[in-house]
Amino acid sequence: MFVINCPHCQEAREEEEFHYEGEAFIARPANPEAETDDAWGDYLFMKKNPKGWHWEMWNHATGCRKILVAKRNTANHAIAGSWTLSEARKVYDKEQYDAEQATK
Amino acid sequence: MNSNNRIKHQHSRVDLTKPLNFSFNGKSYIGYQGDTLASALLANGVKVMARSFKYGRPRGIVGAWAEEPNCLVQIDVGAKTTPDLKATQVELYEGLVAGRTSGWPSLAFDLKSIGGHFSRFMPAGFYYKTFKWPAQFWPLYEHIIRRAAGYGSSPIEADVETYDHKHHHTDVLVVGGGATGLLAALLAGRSGASVILLDDQSELGGYLLSSPNTTIGGKSAIEWRDNVITELQSLPNVQMLTRTTAFGLHDMNMIQAVELLQDHLPHNQRKPAQRRERLHRIRASKVVLATGAFERPLVFGHNDVPGVMTVSAIATYFNRYGVACGQHALILTSNDGAYQAVADLAAGGLQVTLADVRTEINPAWDARFKQLGIDVYLGFGISEVFGKTTVTGARLSKLNPTNAMQEMLAQGVKLRVINQIDVACDIVASSGGLSPTVHLFCHDGGRPTWSDESLAFVVSANSRANAGIYCVGAVTGVFGLQAGLEKAVETTNEMLNSLGKNSTASKLNLTTNEIARSPAQAIYRIPTNKKAFVDFQNDVAVTDIELAVRENFKSIEHIKRYTALGFGTDQGKLSNVNGFAISAEFLGKTIPQVGTTTYRPAYTPVSFGALAGAHVNDTFEPRRYTAMQPSHEKYEAEFETVGNWMRPWYFPKTSENMHSEDMHAAVNRECLAARNSVAMLDASTLGKIDIQGRDVREFLNRVYSNAWSQLAPGKCRYGLMLNEAGMVMDDGVTACITDTHFLMTTTTGGAANVLNWLEKWHQTEWPELEVYMTSVTDHWATAALVGPKSREVLAKLCNDIDLSPINLSPDAFKFMDWRDGTVAGVPARIFRISFSGELAYEINVDASYGNYVWEELMQAGASFDITPYGTETMHVLRAEKGFIIVGQETDGSVTPLDLDMAWAVSLKKPFSFIGKRSLARSDTVRTDRKQLVGLLTEDPTIVLKEGAQIINSSNILPPVPMFGHVTSSYYSAFLGRSIALALVTDGLKRRDDPANNTIYAWAEGKAVKATIVSPVFVDAEGARHNV
Repeated sequence: MFVINCPHCQEAREEEEFHYEGEAFIARPANPEAETDDAWGDYLFMKKNPKGWHWEMWNHATGCRKILVAKRNTANHAIAGSWTLSEARKVYDKEQYDAEQATK
Repeated sequence: MNSNNRIKHQHSRVDLTKPLNFSFNGKSYIGYQGDTLASALLANGVKVMARSFKYGRPRGIVGAWAEEPNCLVQIDVGAKTTPDLKATQVELYEGLVAGRTSGWPSLAFDLKSIGGHFSRFMPAGFYYKTFKWPAQFWPLYEHIIRRAAGYGSSPIEADVETYDHKHHHTDVLVVGGGATGLLAALLAGRSGASVILLDDQSELGGYLLSSPNTTIGGKSAIEWRDNVITELQSLPNVQMLTRTTAFGLHDMNMIQAVELLQDHLPHNQRKPAQRRERLHRIRASKVVLATGAFERPLVFGHNDVPGVMTVSAIATYFNRYGVACGQHALILTSNDGAYQAVADLAAGGLQVTLADVRTEINPAWDARFKQLGIDVYLGFGISEVFGKTTVTGARLSKLNPTNAMQEMLAQGVKLRVINQIDVACDIVASSGGLSPTVHLFCHDGGRPTWSDESLAFVVSANSRANAGIYCVGAVTGVFGLQAGLEKAVETTNEMLNSLGKNSTASKLNLTTNEIARSPAQAIYRIPTNKKAFVDFQNDVAVTDIELAVRENFKSIEHIKRYTALGFGTDQGKLSNVNGFAISAEFLGKTIPQVGTTTYRPAYTPVSFGALAGAHVNDTFEPRRYTAMQPSHEKYEAEFETVGNWMRPWYFPKTSENMHSEDMHAAVNRECLAARNSVAMLDASTLGKIDIQGRDVREFLNRVYSNAWSQLAPGKCRYGLMLNEAGMVMDDGVTACITDTHFLMTTTTGGAANVLNWLEKWHQTEWPELEVYMTSVTDHWATAALVGPKSREVLAKLCNDIDLSPINLSPDAFKFMDWRDGTVAGVPARIFRISFSGELAYEINVDASYGNYVWEELMQAGASFDITPYGTETMHVLRAEKGFIIVGQETDGSVTPLDLDMAWAVSLKKPFSFIGKRSLARSDTVRTDRKQLVGLLTEDPTIVLKEGAQIINSSNILPPVPMFGHVTSSYYSAFLGRSIALALVTDGLKRRDDPANNTIYAWAEGKAVKATIVSPVFVDAEGARHNV
């Protein structure tokens, strides 16, 4: 029963207007035929399913019908932010980069 | 019956000038305006109001509000009856009818009470252990146990009341209208913030209403309360809701609360148009929890005799309702919180005996008690209550002089009773301290912490301030009024600051007349060799918890489930903390080590009606009708629901003697009409998606398994849609309107999902493709004209030269073509496609003309005895042709290859369409997967059961290997025999192997012999539609 800010509508709306679309940034392999069965199986079925922060897609199903990305904590439903797909990609990539730098 | 316990009390909220007649268990009584059912029954001297769950022991009222465990009543009769309300929460009205919910066969004699005498043979887990064998008898046991256990009956009739939902957005929500809640609401209201104040009772004020001798700022508590409410009422930014229970706190401060709108009114004053209950869904920037606390009784021997109550309950009945529950009260306490009530009762004329487990007493109180003539026993507990259906006295036992029960136990010393005093009394009340109402705080992940100072699980005032949740008053473990008000000002100011608002608290005088409190003693049970109950509603005694621990249940969650501690309609509001503490004692742990069970919504029971609100029937699940509905009704269709659509199922004909065809007769007739002459189906419900843009062809190539590059304008093609795992998810015919404009049809049930699916792939993977999609399902009405005579019928309506005549000749309008034109003068798109294998035309017109064109077609076909048909005939016709229905022949685990539909998969397309790669995975390329085949039974009259299991032999002694199941099965009137489709392991190979093509279809105890054949039963060469 949380509230999601739709970056397309620029409105904070109730969760019931949205439809969950799964983990974000699972890239479809550019050349599926070149993938091994295992790698293709991972793409199809292996999801992160973390307890904690999760990048995920939502469809503003009863609103603008556009897909957005939210960073949500699966343990307590806190939402750190929500973005259009392209904006989210930038934030996500920077977060990945920073995390890599931190572990170096 | 006279109101022998009613007293005149100057602060009573009950109006003795307004008597009300009511009945309980068939007996008539009189109460007064302002009473609850509980207070009215107590005033009438009714003691036994329930029988206990397990032992059938007589039980009376213990509490005064939602904590009440015993007195569950059935209110009202017929369609309006409500089971298991707590008598303490039911407001009295003229003509109220209440009944017991327990006690079988009667309240006076409960069969289970015989069991009660043998209660040492019915320990925790008794039912699990005793009624386990033989397993097949459990339904019988369960029936009797449930009947004997009682609890009310739900109404059998449909609910005649209505309910609704109201959504709020507010700056501040204050839950609880007691002293600190009122104060918080006042400060927030004065600051200009928008404020909602909720309270579950009929009047704001909380325990102030039960404590009229308290003063705040030099005024009586009641006067202070009245002034605050008056000021709140004057503030336009403040909304107050009473009889409104906040029952759940969810993510991001969404509070759900249910308001009782007119259950408190006599029936003749209830407005028929008024809702019964309203669910408030409140989104609050800041939530102030002023939810207070419930008093926790002490646990002692025979503490469940009617007349044993909590001190706060006795004080509430006395001060608020003007009801003395008896003449002589014995009060046992471990804390100063009970003292004011003791003084109030004595000053009101009751004989009062006070036992305090502590050995010292605050001299100020001691002096007052002496003045009031109260006998005080220090260092005593109650070891046993006397009486069976009502209290007649109690035995006071001197506790160990050190009083350090926990320490002594830790040292392994058994507590010894030094001496005893028997006291005659007709009420016993105890207080073991307060248990804060932490429920809402914990609903969305908050946890309470144990406070050694408050001897309670408490929540912090501001530890969740960053989430906007603040707590004031007793819920934080601050039990004194003075300290509570001061701390509430501090917390509310902090909350207002975070909203950028200013506080006006400095203008308030909050000095109370409260006497400073001495420390309470940590004690939860008084040693006794008698049965001592922890949880009354579930008959959980101290010995049950001891047994659970002895049987090695260590987690409090497991102890709860084994003993049933804290279950039921009261959810352990009275019993939980005692249960945790006593478990800790037996486990040899501290209370915080044991912790609490999990607090989940709902705080108190909520009716289904309130949760549903206006979302019932058509507003819950709207029924969709096609444009042809008037005609379907005229031809007396039977309907079935598909998706949300009401589709004609079949059209039974009524003969002259008013005998109506059954479905089989109707379907046989409809099928033969379609195959031999002409028939018509309403196909409007198929999903239709209009797709336009530069890249539509490429998009279709990617989302369908077959190829779209060559499809010319004016042509249609059947498409199979797979998911990325290669499994069939939808199908339908798509027409090329122009090179940049296509019309896709989907299955009736899959329309919305397919549109979402397409949008998702477009937006996430291929935003570079220029494609626009919109649903046009409702915009077109579709009549499928089917049968060898369909062309002749259609020709009659397509010949208007002035409009756009359509050349229907087989050469000009081929199978899988579509044409624009007019039908009966209405612009139409006609698709020459067929889901029946017959010559057929699907005529699409603007939905507004749907019924008109349908009727024109019926008229044009009259000379051929045109027959409208429904979904059942549609299924038979398509099964005769081996056409699949997604969701019937497929279940998410079926590939196009499993369906023998490789012709609909184009592996040559340059882009790897959705699902393509998965068709090459090691599991999907297996040739022995379950595959679609036809089945012909040996006995042509037997129609197999859909869902029947495919087995290889008629021997059904287990284990029986299973090789698939029947997906579709019908009687084919055209073939004069039954047919079936099935998914069978290695079916394609077995079909062609006469030595291996016999199977048995097993269902409902019968195995029916059948042969695996091609799924195309009619016209395999396609001659019928190619005419």
